Order: sequence, then structure tokens, then C-alpha cells
Amino acid sequence: MFDYFDLSRPEVDLDGLADEDIAIDVRDLSLKFGSKLALKDIRMRIPKRQITSVIGPSGCGKSTLLGCFNRLNDLTPGCEVQGEVYINERNIYHRKEDVAALRSRVGMVFQRPNPFPMSIYENLVYGLKIQGIRDRRTLDNAAEQALRDVALWKEVRDRLFDSALTLSGGQQQRLVIARAIALQPDILLLDEPTSALDPISTLTIEELITQLKEKYTVLIVTHNMQQAARVSDFTAFLHQGSLIEYSDTNRLFTRPKQQQTEEYITGRYG
Amino acid sequence: MQTIKLNTHISGRFNQELENLRNSVLTMGGVVEQQLCDAISALRDNNRGLAEKVVLNDIMVNNMEVQIDEECTRIIAKRHPAASDLRLVLAINKATTDIERIGDEVERIAKLILKGNLPVSEDIKNGMIATGNHVMEMLRQTLNAFARMDAEAAMSIHIGDQEIDEQYKQLLTQAVEEMRQDTDALPQWLEILWAMRSLERVGDRCKNVCEYIIYLVKGKDVRHISRHAMQEKLRELR
Repeated sequence: MFDYFDLSRPEVDLDGLADEDIAIDVRDLSLKFGSKLALKDIRMRIPKRQITSVIGPSGCGKSTLLGCFNRLNDLTPGCEVQGEVYINERNIYHRKEDVAALRSRVGMVFQRPNPFPMSIYENLVYGLKIQGIRDRRTLDNAAEQALRDVALWKEVRDRLFDSALTLSGGQQQRLVIARAIALQPDILLLDEPTSALDPISTLTIEELITQLKEKYTVLIVTHNMQQAARVSDFTAFLHQGSLIEYSDTNRLFTRPKQQQTEEYITGRYG
Repeated sequence: MQTIKLNTHISGRFNQELENLRNSVLTMGGVVEQQLCDAISALRDNNRGLAEKVVLNDIMVNNMEVQIDEECTRIIAKRHPAASDLRLVLAINKATTDIERIGDEVERIAKLILKGNLPVSEDIKNGMIATGNHVMEMLRQTLNAFARMDAEAAMSIHIGDQEIDEQYKQLLTQAVEEMRQDTDALPQWLEILWAMRSLERVGDRCKNVCEYIIYLVKGKDVRHISRHAMQEKLRELR
């Protein structure tokens, strides 16, 4: 068919993507907390430099799934993982994996903005300093670039050495994203990044997320289905630890294949 | 694709809004069906009073279309419908346009009677009444398929439009034959031809509504494709 208009991008078939377009390849991932099975045989290929959202009711395993990609769940006592997660052709659950290095490549942002109680500048260069970088110019450049990437540079360039806690909630959240970006990660995990923010700050963050995909693979967990529909290219629907449906967002929100997805996104089941 | 149930949302008000929206289309369809029935009776009995009623009632049909469109806009703005809910609102939005146009076609037939331009030939008149009854049945079935959200029924109604096209063609051939022998009454014949065309268009509009029903239930756009391709598409979805 001819394209007469420049409208939404055509739907993408996830199975048709080449291996080099995949950022995270999850193979039969199951996770237990003690005796409770939190994730069951998850199989999904998350595309590179695209935004993928994970939706589902509370307790379905959304945040747990996100926590698998930087092995944050390892910190929870009784956590037991089966299966494999490949990032850059390496299974991150391999026993020789350097978890600290993994977490600098896979940044994470949480629901509540959590800047460190120090200056804006120190927040941004904290991770780099831990990596042993001391060169002032390198740190300055990294801080400036990260602030520009999150559209915060103009707002804070004159007060870089003020406490990060003096920023507004929306600004703090952008600062936290900038802090993750300063480490030049490949992947950004956002765990309900706007649920503690007002509607306008939410829109600013959403706008930022769509720009971030030029450089990073973004995964976002959200309770707000409309947010998933607005910002993401692909959407995964989880229910009781199982991946029910995972497809192009345009498809999932107009013609879902599974009855459970249909019921969830149309507000029939929560 | 699954069966569509309107009344199973967590929000009872949303259930009610969708149910009311669907009922309003059925009400509007019922009014237009009655209009078509009256127009055909008026044609058969040369009943000017009834024809006048049909013309006056068309305003009601127009207003119904506007009201349903407004409700669709409100639901989209406030409820952000997704999946089958979204398809329902879109299908209703489009179906109402076609149902309103059916109303306009019926009005044209009624105006023919009001102007006294009835066919002189009994054969033509009977042919028009037969076609009218046929499209009335098609409209009734279409509204039923919509009420039951029955894509299979919509499909067979869609195919059935061929018969109306055929009937229209025969009627037209006959009319041309009679026009040749009655050239003095050409202006009157033109009006009659328009009314015949209107009857045939009602069938086309029903066909459009059937396409929306298929889209609503199956999530597939079956417009502008051959009947064969449409059947293929539906077979895939079964």
C-alpha cells in the first residue's frame, strides 16, 4: 500500500528482528523469592534503542523483571534465578559476571527521585569518581553532557554547586536520570519514573524518555497504561509472573491477541 | 480475537456510557428503518401525508447523528478507550454517518412523492417497491448484526448486496426502455432515476456498516478489497 501521509510508524514484528537489533535477550527466565515463584519462564527479546514498557497489575512481577536486568534482585535474600539474560552477547547471570560493571552499563531510576544529599554536580560525577576518574575536565564535560541530555542544563547551570535537594521533584527525577546517563550506560531501566510527579513534570519526563531512545535502550515499568501507550514502541503485559503478551505498542493497544490483555487494558480486570 | 462484552469494565459508569452509546445507534437505526418503511408505503399508496412526515423526521435523524458524534468525542477524551472499546467507539462514529446518509436517501424518495413525480409505469413503481423492500430487509439485518456484534452475519449481508445491485441494474434497463417512449417526461424520469439510485445506495451504506461491524468484532479492516480477499481475511481470523 502507498503511504500518503506521515502518520504513526508501521507496526514491527518482534520475531522478525535481527539479533544485532536486540539489546536484551531473556531466555526462559524464572525467579523465586524463597518458595514464591515471582517470574515464570519469561522469554522476550528487547530491541535496541527502542522504548519497551512493562505493564500489569500490582505484584505481577514488573519491577522484579526490571531488577533482573541489572541483577538488583540479587540483593534480596532468598532470591533464586533460573534461565539466562543476554546483554551484549553475555549471559549476565554467568557466575563470572562483574555485577558492579553491569550496573554501570544498565542504569536504573526509581519511582521516588533519590538524589544524593550533595550538590547537583557531585550527584552527576559520583559514579565516575567511584570508577576512578579524577580528571576535572572529563568530569565537567560528562556532567554538562548528562544535564543537556535530560534538558536540565539551562535550568541549573548557574547553581551546579547548590544542594540537589533544592530542586523540584520533576527536576530531581531528571537529575537522577542524568546521574545514570553520566556513566554512559547502554540500557536505562525506569521503574515507575513519574508516579510521584505532577502531570506537567510527568509530560516533561515522557518527552525526555522519547529523546533518550536515540542513544539508549529504555525499559519502563509503569502503572499508567496511557503512559505506556504514549511513550513506548513495544509493550509487554505481565500477569502473575507470566508474560501474557508482548508486541508492538500500536498493536497491543488496538488489537491485543490475548483475552487477558484485552481485559486489563480496557479496565475490566485489575 | 474474543467476544466483545460491554458491561464488564471495573468502572460501572463506563459500562453504562458504552451501553448507552450502542443503544443510541440502535435507536437511530430503528428510526431510519421506520423512515424507509414509511417512504416505501408512501410510494406504494401515493400517500403525500406520510411522505411529508418522512421529510420532517429527517431533521431528527440529523440531530441524532450529531449527538452520537458528540458522545463518541466525549468518551475518547475522557475514557481513553483501548482495544475493542476503541474499535466500538470508532465503528459507531462511522456507522452513524452512514445511517444518517441512509436517512438522506430515504428523504429523497419521500420528496419524489411530495413533488408528485411518481412513476407513471406500474412496472417501474413495483420494481422500486420490490427493491425498497429488499433494502429494508438488508437494513434490518444489518442493525441486528450490529446489535449482536455478529461478524459472520455482517459478512453474508455484505455479500447479499450483489442481489440489490442486480435488481437495480434490471430496473434501470427497464426505465431506459420506457424513457425512450416517453421523452416528454424526461425531467420527471430524472427524478425517478435519482430515487432508484437512492434505494440502491441504501444497500451500499448497509454494506459499509457491515464492514465496521467486522472491524469492531475481528479487528480487521476489510474496506476496499474484493469479496474473495475479504472472505480470505475472515477465514484467517476464525
